[in-house]
Amino acid sequence: MDDLRELYQEVILEHVKHPRNKRTPADANRHAHGHNPICGDAVEVHLKINGQGVIEDVAFEGKGCAISVASASLMTEELMGKTEAQAKALFETFQEMCTKDDAKVSDGVDEDALERMRVLAGVRDFPMRVKCATLAWHTMSAAMARKDQVTTEAEGSGV
Amino acid sequence: MSKASSAAKIAPGDNSTLAFDVERVRADFPILGQEIYGRPLVYLDSAASAQKPRQVIDAMSQAYETSYANVHRGVHRMSQLTTDAFENGREKVAKFLNAESSDEIIFTSNATAAFNLVASCFGRAHLGAGDEVIVSVMEHHANIVPWQLIREQLGIVLRVAPIDDDGNFLLDEFEALLGPRTKLVALTHISNALGTIVPVKQVIDLAHGRNIPVLLDGCQAAPHFAVDVRALDVDFYVFTGHKVYGPTGIGVLYGKRDLLNALPPYMGGGDMIASVSFEKTTFKDAPHRFEAGTPPIVEVIGLGAAIDYLAALGAENIAAHENGLRTYAEKRLGQVPGVRLIGTAREKASIVSFVMDNAHPHDIGTIVDRAGVALRTGHHCAQPLMQRLDLASTARASFGLYNTRGEVDILAEALESVSEIFG
Ligand SMILES: Cc1ncc(COP(=O)(O)O)c(C=O)c1O
Repeated sequence: MDDLRELYQEVILEHVKHPRNKRTPADANRHAHGHNPICGDAVEVHLKINGQGVIEDVAFEGKGCAISVASASLMTEELMGKTEAQAKALFETFQEMCTKDDAKVSDGVDEDALERMRVLAGVRDFPMRVKCATLAWHTMSAAMARKDQVTTEAEGSGV
Repeated sequence: MSKASSAAKIAPGDNSTLAFDVERVRADFPILGQEIYGRPLVYLDSAASAQKPRQVIDAMSQAYETSYANVHRGVHRMSQLTTDAFENGREKVAKFLNAESSDEIIFTSNATAAFNLVASCFGRAHLGAGDEVIVSVMEHHANIVPWQLIREQLGIVLRVAPIDDDGNFLLDEFEALLGPRTKLVALTHISNALGTIVPVKQVIDLAHGRNIPVLLDGCQAAPHFAVDVRALDVDFYVFTGHKVYGPTGIGVLYGKRDLLNALPPYMGGGDMIASVSFEKTTFKDAPHRFEAGTPPIVEVIGLGAAIDYLAALGAENIAAHENGLRTYAEKRLGQVPGVRLIGTAREKASIVSFVMDNAHPHDIGTIVDRAGVALRTGHHCAQPLMQRLDLASTARASFGLYNTRGEVDILAEALESVSEIFG
């Protein structure tokens, strides 16, 4: 039960009940659709990035489990006002944090933001759930790279 | 120990009868002694894959240890013994389905391979552009995607029989789909996601009234109750070994002999030929025509042992036990705050899908796992059905012959803690 409490902390449950920035901004200029074919969860991430590479607005839409919704909501709070490079560093370190006990911290990462995101580090003990915690971040990263689709599994052509 | 005395020591709340002693059944399944996070394993995922009794495990290791060689090749003693055991497995499957002849039983690697075989062979023999195949909205992807691959090749049309919101198959709407271009009906017998039992006898009568053959997906039916392909008069029937308490790597396609022999081969290779020369090769009749290469020999022996095991327990006893668990579970889970059952058809097998108001199925799965409970969460390889129900996923408890009411209670308590966490 202890690691369950660690996973479903109050902060996470609070984000699930009141997700931040769950909307579609009219002036966003980068978008991506993220999809986890295993559980069917999907998320849209919208970014407004200005000429200096600063994220002026970030929002999401989608349905998913508590971990994926809380992660998306937290992400939007932390990325607001950051540069693309800072967002990338935060993503890299967050991925480390979700999978390793001795996470490597990328250069230039916002330590305060990282500390707040630590509420999601409980997924380390639930390997099946790491993709839930990182889906929104992968989608954000795809949007920054101007790819409009990302999935947690490789997906090719269809019938 | 007499049956009566062992039945008498079953914990209260268990629905054992003198005819079906669940504790004794459980003792046959070594894995049920495992603990998960320090709690007894509560395995409620038999619809995904069933656990194996000692009898199956032993039959397979004994085959490897005492009589193993390739089949249908060579005159040596070991090959003979193995061929006999293998073909004996085919006889057992024929009896299990009440087929007229074991020549109507084709072994594949799983149910999926059987669907691909029918789609490819039936497609090449009988389907052309504009011809229609009817499936239902409840199909497993294994009975959808092979038809889409054939659609790409041949330009056939897939038509989809609907259900109502409770998951009942709509017979009138199905009948309305039958038309002059309908060449095959390919339907699930029991929905793996909802538990709905499709009225397949009526389906077959309606289709046969128009000379349309019927393929049934019996993956969830074969483990649950007796299937009689002759009483149904079904043309093709598919099931998979690992869901009937047998091994993985073995699937079964039943087909009426004349229908099978009118189909071209699926894969080419050894064992399926009558004679080969570079100018011309001729093929054997069914079943060998469809079994190119070395078959899953020991898996067939294991499947035979599983069928013996089910026969000894009695199909009716198994169905009664599982139905008792299902009704108990529906009542018990229905009392947990926030639980909504998905799939409340009039006729159901022992599958209970549900969602919760505040908790996503993925979170439910993680939380009950820590209580030792194995549930399936997700789309159950039935995404078109999930779209029809406007859901991304459900949690699903499925009950096998070794489950107990006590385990349903453990699930219900674990779900109560889910509803506490998510408020
Ligand atoms: C209804 C149904 N059809 C087909 C299949 C596919 O079986 P297999 O994966 O053994 O090929 C399954 C199980 O996964 C099933 O439940």
